[in-house]
Formats: sequence, C-alpha cells, structure tokens
Amino acid sequence: MSDTKVKRPDRTVEEIESVVIRFAGDSGDGMQLTGTQFSNTAAFVGNDISTLPDFPAEIRAPAGSLPGVSAFQLNFSSVDILTPGDEPDVLVAMNPAALKTNLSDLKRNGRLIINTDAFTPMNLRKAGYETNPLEDGTIKDYQVIEIPITSSNAQALKEVDLPKKAIDRSKNFWALGLLFWLYDRPLEPTIKWVTDKFGKNEVLVEANVTALKAGFAYADASELFTAHYRVERAVIEPGTYRKITGNEAIVLGAVAASILAKKQLVYASYPITPASDILHMLSHYRHMDIRTVQAEDEIAAMGAVLGASFAGALAMTGTSGPGLALKAEAMSLALMTELPCVVVDIQRAGPSTGMPTKTEQGDLLQAMFGRNSDSPVAIVAPATPSDCFEMTIDAFRLAVRGMVPTILLSDGYLGNGAEPWKLPNVEDLEPIVIKHPTEPNNGGYLPYLRDKETLARPWAIPGTPDLEHRIGGLEKADKTGNVSYDPENHQRMTDLRHEKVQRLQQIIPLQEVEGEETGDLLVIGWGGTYGAIRTAVRRARRDGRKVSHAHLRYLNPFPANVKEVLSGFKRVLIPELNNGQLLMLIRAEFLVDAVGYNKVYGQPFKVSELVAKIDELC
Amino acid sequence: MSDLKSATPVLTKKDFTSDQEVRWCPGCGDYAILAQVQKVVPTLGIPKEKFVFVSGIGCSSRFPYYMNTYGFHTIHGRAPTVATGIKVANPDLSVWLVTGDGDALSIGGNHLIHALRRNIDIKILLFNNRIYGLTKGQYSPTSEQGKRTKSTPMGSVDYPLHPVSTALAAEATFVARTIDTDTKHLTATLERAAAHKGSAFVEIFQNCNIFNDKAFEYFKGKDVKADRMVEIEHGRPLRFGSENEKGIRWNGKSLEVVTVGDGAEESDLLVHDEQASLHAPFLLGRMDYPAFPIAIGVFRAIERATYENLVDQQVETAKASREPDTLRSLLYSADSWEVE
Ligand SMILES: Cc1ncc(C[n+]2csc(CCOP(=O)(O)OP(=O)(O)O)c2C)c(N)n1
Ligand code: SF4
Ligand SMILES: [Mg+2]
Repeated sequence: MSDTKVKRPDRTVEEIESVVIRFAGDSGDGMQLTGTQFSNTAAFVGNDISTLPDFPAEIRAPAGSLPGVSAFQLNFSSVDILTPGDEPDVLVAMNPAALKTNLSDLKRNGRLIINTDAFTPMNLRKAGYETNPLEDGTIKDYQVIEIPITSSNAQALKEVDLPKKAIDRSKNFWALGLLFWLYDRPLEPTIKWVTDKFGKNEVLVEANVTALKAGFAYADASELFTAHYRVERAVIEPGTYRKITGNEAIVLGAVAASILAKKQLVYASYPITPASDILHMLSHYRHMDIRTVQAEDEIAAMGAVLGASFAGALAMTGTSGPGLALKAEAMSLALMTELPCVVVDIQRAGPSTGMPTKTEQGDLLQAMFGRNSDSPVAIVAPATPSDCFEMTIDAFRLAVRGMVPTILLSDGYLGNGAEPWKLPNVEDLEPIVIKHPTEPNNGGYLPYLRDKETLARPWAIPGTPDLEHRIGGLEKADKTGNVSYDPENHQRMTDLRHEKVQRLQQIIPLQEVEGEETGDLLVIGWGGTYGAIRTAVRRARRDGRKVSHAHLRYLNPFPANVKEVLSGFKRVLIPELNNGQLLMLIRAEFLVDAVGYNKVYGQPFKVSELVAKIDELC
Repeated sequence: MSDLKSATPVLTKKDFTSDQEVRWCPGCGDYAILAQVQKVVPTLGIPKEKFVFVSGIGCSSRFPYYMNTYGFHTIHGRAPTVATGIKVANPDLSVWLVTGDGDALSIGGNHLIHALRRNIDIKILLFNNRIYGLTKGQYSPTSEQGKRTKSTPMGSVDYPLHPVSTALAAEATFVARTIDTDTKHLTATLERAAAHKGSAFVEIFQNCNIFNDKAFEYFKGKDVKADRMVEIEHGRPLRFGSENEKGIRWNGKSLEVVTVGDGAEESDLLVHDEQASLHAPFLLGRMDYPAFPIAIGVFRAIERATYENLVDQQVETAKASREPDTLRSLLYSADSWEVE
C-alpha cells in the first residue's frame, strides 16, 4: 500500500501512551467488525490491547433505536494494559442513538467523531432527542468532529457497481480508514482480511477497500485534524503472539487437552449466548476426531457428556447460567458415578434469561452448591481471555485426576473480550496421563476401589473384557459399587466425595500474591475482574498504599495456602460482579471479616471505582 | 467401524446374569423380559464386553444391575442422552436402553424423540405398564383416560399418548410392539431389533401386578386374544380371529375389520409392508379394542444411515482433507506475530 505512505502529510505526529476508542452505531452498522479490525491491526503492529465488545441481545433491534445500539471499546497501548479502559478518549457515534447511549462515558474534552448524515429528524426522534444535540449544547464539552460519513462514503464509491444500500453498509470501513489515519495505523492488515474474506466477490472487496482508503484519504486531505497520533509498540516480552478471546482460548485448550491426553474429545452443547461460539469453533475440528453434538437441550448435552465419559472420551459441555441450572441433576449423577468431565459456564447477567449479552459473576454459588444434597465438584476460573487456555487444560487435569466433574467459570467479558497472547512453548505443556484399567483389581473388578493418594476410583471403560460393571445414581457401596442404603456407608461415601475434591490441592498451585505478603489491605478477586483489580491495586500501590492483590483461579478446592495469605493483612476486600458470592465463601470458610465491593451493571469494573474503594479502606 | 462379531467365544444366558439379587415384585412382568433379553443377547455374536445397558429411573430401569455387562443406571428420563454420548464416543459398542412409560414418555419425552430422529444405533426397550410403578401407582402418560389411581381418585382426565405413534412421528426407523408373556414373539422381536442398524424402538406391554394388574388382559387374555389381537408380519395380509376368519381392510378412507368369505376376499386385505410410508404403520399402531384388534409385530423397519456413521464419515472426510494438528500447528497457525 504505497499510496498511503506517499500521502504522509507534514502534519505533526504526537506520541501518546495509550488510547481508548469506542465505536458505537446501530446493530446494522458493523461496529463489532470495525472494532475487531482496529484491534487486530493495533495488536499486529505491536501494541498491547484489551477489548470490550458490547452488543444488544436482539439480532436487529429496530434500526436507529436505543436498544439497537452496538458498541466496541478497545484500549491500545505502548505499555502493559489489563483492561479495555474506564472511559473512552474517542467516541465514534454513527447515529443519534449511539450518541445518546454512549456520550456520558466519553472522557471530558474527549474526541467525539459524529456521522452527521445520520442526524435526521427521524433518527433524532427514534433516539428520543427533542432538539438536535449537535446544536443545543449537548456536546459542547467535547472536541467535536462532524463528518458526513455516509455521503462521503457514497461519493467515494460512486463508481462501484453495488446498490445504494450495500454501498452504505461499507461506511464502517470508511470510518475505520479515518481512524487509521488519525492513529497512524497501517491499512494492510485490514485489506488482507477483506480480500481473504470476500475473495470471490470482487465487488465487495473493491467496495470495502475503497471505503477504507477513502476514509484514510479524507482525514489526510481535510483540515479537521491538526495532528495525528502515534502509540508506539508496547515493550512486551519477546515471543510469538496472537490475539485471542476467552472463548477461542477455551476451544484451543480443549483441543490441546485432547492432544495432551491422547484422547478423543466429545463436546456436547445446546446453543446459548455467550457460549455458542465454543460449539461453532469446535465443530471445525472434525479432522482431529473431535465430535461435537448439538444436543436437544442442556440436560441432553450433559447426559451425552456423561455417556461419552463412561465410554472413555474426554468430555466437555459448555453453557451459560440458565443452562447450568438445567444440567444440575446430570452433574450430580456425574459426581455420584465419579466420571470426569468439564462443564464450561460463560456467565451472563441476571437470573432467569437476564441480560444475555452482558457480563456478570453471578454463578459461583450455583456452581458450588446448585445440586441436591452434598455434591462437591471442582471449580476453576480463568483470570483473562488467554488464561482460558491453560485453565481449560487444568480443568481436564483435575477432572481425570479426581474422577470428578469440573466447572470452569468464565464470563461474557472474558469470552468475547480479546488480548494479545504470548503463545506458550508447546514442549512445556505437560501430558495428561490417563490409565484405564485392563486387568481385574481384586480378583474381580471393583469399580469403587480407590487410589490411595487421590481417592479417585478406577476408570474402566466398556469394551474391556472382564471388567464389566454397573454404575448409577443410587448410593454406591464403598469399593464394590453395588447399590447400598447402609447408613454408615452413605456417611463414608459422602465424606470420600468431599475429601477427594479437597485432595486436588495436591496439584493446585499455591496462591500467589502481587505485592507484599503483609499489609493493610488484601484485595481478593476471581475470574474476569483480574485486569481491573490488578490495575487498581498497582495504581494504589504507586500512591503509597500498603495493598496487595490475590486472584483466585481455583475456587474449589481453594489453594492450600489461602488461609495463610489472608492472615497477613489487616483488612480484606473482595470486589465481585455479583452481590457477594466469593465473599460469602471466604467469610464462611476462613472466618475473616472481609468486605465486598459489589456491582451488577452488566459491565466490567472501572479501575477508578476500585481505586476509590481501596482508598476508602486503607 | 470394526466388526462387532469378531472372535466371539460361545456365550450363554449365565454369562449375562449378574450376581445382584433381582428386586422386582414377585410376578412382575419385568422378570420375563429380563429372562428373554439374557437369552437373546448371547446369540448375537457380540463379545460380552461390548454390550452396554443404559436405563433411566423406574422399576424397569433397574434392569442394568441384573445384566452382567457394562451398565449405566442414569437419571429419570435422560437415558437416551447418555446412550447417545456412549455411542458417539464409541460406535463400536452395542448399546441397549431400558425405560418405562413414565421415564420415556413423560419426563424423557424430549430425549426419546430426538434419539429416534437422529437414528442413533441404540436398542430402546420401553416397558409399558401404563402406570408409574416405582413411585407406587400414579397414572402415566399411557394410562387410559378415566384411570383411578392415587393421584386421580376421580379418574385421570389426560388423554393418553401412544408410544408407537410417538416413535413413528419421531421418524424412528424401527418400531415394534410385543408382550412380556409372549415368549416366542418377544424373542423374535428382540432379535429383529438387535439386527436393525439404527435406533430400534420396541414397546413391550408389561404387567405391573401390584399397581395395574391385568392391564392388558382385555385383549391378550387367553380366551379373547384370538379375536382381539393381530400379529402383523411383513408381506402377509392382516388376518386374525379364532378361526382366522377376520381381516383388516383399507377401504380408501380408513381401516375396517372384515370377515373373509363374508363380503371380503383374502385379496382385499391389507398386506403389511414394513417399509410403507408413515401413515400405514401409524394407523396400525393405533388400533385398539373394541373397534379393532391390537397389533403386535414390527410396524416399521427401514434403512437409513445412522447418526454415528454420518459423524464417522464427516471425520473421515475432514481427515482426508486436513492433516491432524500438532500442539504447535494448533496454536501457531492463526495470524500470529513475532515480538523481538
Ligand atoms: C427427577 C425425578 N423426578 C421424579 C422421580 C421419581 N420417579 C421415579 S420413577 C418414576 C416414574 C417411573 O415410571 P415408569 O417410567 O413408568 O417406570 P416403572 O416404574 O413403571 O417401570 C418417578 C416419577 C425421580 N426419580 N427423579
Ligand atoms: S411395582 Fe409393578 S412394575 Fe414395579 S416391580 Fe412391582 S410389579 Fe413390577
Ligand atoms: Mg411404568
């Protein structure tokens, strides 16, 4: 793309450390794609990035309406960043509804790029504006850049042989080109993407590439911008990187687990936001003998996972909160029959159907206790999108070691959010060792004769001669696995099921603490709040506070040293995107007077609010 | 798929009898079915370790404990889902599912129809006693309307569901019905089901002598059965009656009972075709006394690729077009970049 280079204007280039951009428009405006392309390019040229897609649950809410607004926020930086940013520095508002729903988040004096073509009386009405916000002072506190994006794009594409509607659809690429000029990012990665994606359809390639270049040229030629800005590549550890979302990392983790265990993977699932992508992506791995089943419901998916596990496969299901509720009874069967499997819950906001596309950490207690009677399972929670890779492999490791179902709690923010991922050295990934008995273990075969160290029962699989046995949900007699209603046996088996999960501590790494091991305040988090908490704690430490951060990735059992970690601090703060669930567990288990910071806005924490809370406590 | 029948030692009923004491009520129809299954499976030429018996919850669902094979007593209604997972992971196994009328048609109705429509190669034996046995006698989805039970002292108001119609509507490729006490017919039907590739659905009328005793006597009683039952066989006209004088005719609008030699000829009678389009077996399956005799036999048997075979094919196709990933190619394949 030499022509963009030739046109490099002699305007000043300012170096800045990081920028938070939010693209906002109608669901039909392609904002997710625009944001993704900007993120890909920024990551590709070496920035650190963190993204926050935010879209409506409706596929196409009425055009121009407030519920139809779709946004994508990204933070790209020359330094190590862990969150998509509290407030955007730049807001691109493609229509009045996008302005209305996003303006209050924009930083004071932030840059506001507006598509004026969309500010028609009808669109203003749909957004609930009585007067035109471009004229009535609504936006006076911002650096406003008004551009007729739709018509400029149409003008640039007048030679392209496509109906007007299709032409207008490429205006997001025009806007993307403009932003690429402003932040001095190359067009090539996007052009390559467009060409790969629409390859066969030359007109579409032409339309989108022309739009992209036209937006870039417009910014270059017009007098709207006095400078453009450069965010240098981040100084990050050398290595090979790729951009990854949490759901992608779970898929790769599951496939990797199957390679590491030398075992077929069966994934059964029923579509549900925000977990469906895992099913979509895994269905592309048939060449690896990965068998995906789109079941008739979540119960069926869980049942199929149990059947597959009984038959000797690595088995996983994925869902969100409502689906986890449906799986409860079959998960209980899994822990009773002591079959290994992984249950992925990409948590979303609210009870019942709640807010499907919004994030929350509301399912911890459901994962912990949401089954009849005493029914312990292992629970892990990745901290970042890329951490989902390792934690998925670990979930399988725990499951097969303890012969126990393991729940992996991710969330919508981790699932859809992206970050650069330094790829692990594949030689460092430890094999998952699984032994299926082939010989009788006691003259005959006792399916509940336990391993002395782990207390796990043996995993003999159908097809093995002489080890025929029956399992089921009725209470099992210790060792023989026969049906038993004996009182002492039930007590013993209940204790064994509990102890077996506790013994997973044998391979769970000790809890690490960022900062000193003692101090005024320990902030404990779990799951997707890692980035916000870590950033807030670092900021507070820079301000001289004696605060440390411990982020739990293993929630049942807890790492063996959690009690000791807690004992080093005067106070404990547990921020969660729920009404205090880990708080309840920590208080109950360790008898510490921890306090919570709890919020359920369907959005991740802002760093600033956590800093304020930390300030309040120390 | 490897051959199930390879290198099989000679097996007998004893090999399939577990050491567990059978705990059904004395006189329960489940005993007879267990005995026949234990007699039939050794003759199939399949190694014992390749059988898996899966069940839900109910009296009938205790079945796997009594079979000396791999077995999974699952949860209420969900056995088809577990059987599906077993078959997906290892298509080489011979998977049998034992369920009750409540288990299969009430709580598990959804799973039953989806297992059938997918044509997964599992053998489904539905023990229909038209009652909830294990929970001590509530009416079930197959109980006749008006049935007085513990939960319906004034008679149930629900209209019953017909297992055979349900299976046919779910696109089942093999649908049959038989009776616990008819040893010969039961054996033959089990053999046919075992030989079928794809999901085989067998409704077995089973007497619950405790909560619904003699539920099927009205048509299968010794003195009445010749006139109230018809055994359907592929390629044969539908004839019944103590003198074999009656038959079933299709009059262009509906089925009717006729007497051969009295207004109808043998050639007028409906000839049973297991591959006929769905409405024929549907009508036969719904025949009930007093308007009609009740039919037993194989209503439908057609061939169609099984779910696991189609998945296997996709796996083969995918493998042919793409090398398996190594850990390295898996992770490093996408748009990665180097940082120095
Ligand atoms: C989730 C759940 N709900 C209810 C029950 C209680 N329950 C056990 S068996 C059964 C009905 C069984 O009837 P059927 O399937 O006809 O089997 P039968 O005992 O007649 O052989 C019920 C309601 C249960 N075990 N699990
Ligand atoms: S209750 Fe009925 S179905 Fe259950 S074991 Fe007794 S006789 Fe058989
Ligand atoms: Mg019943």
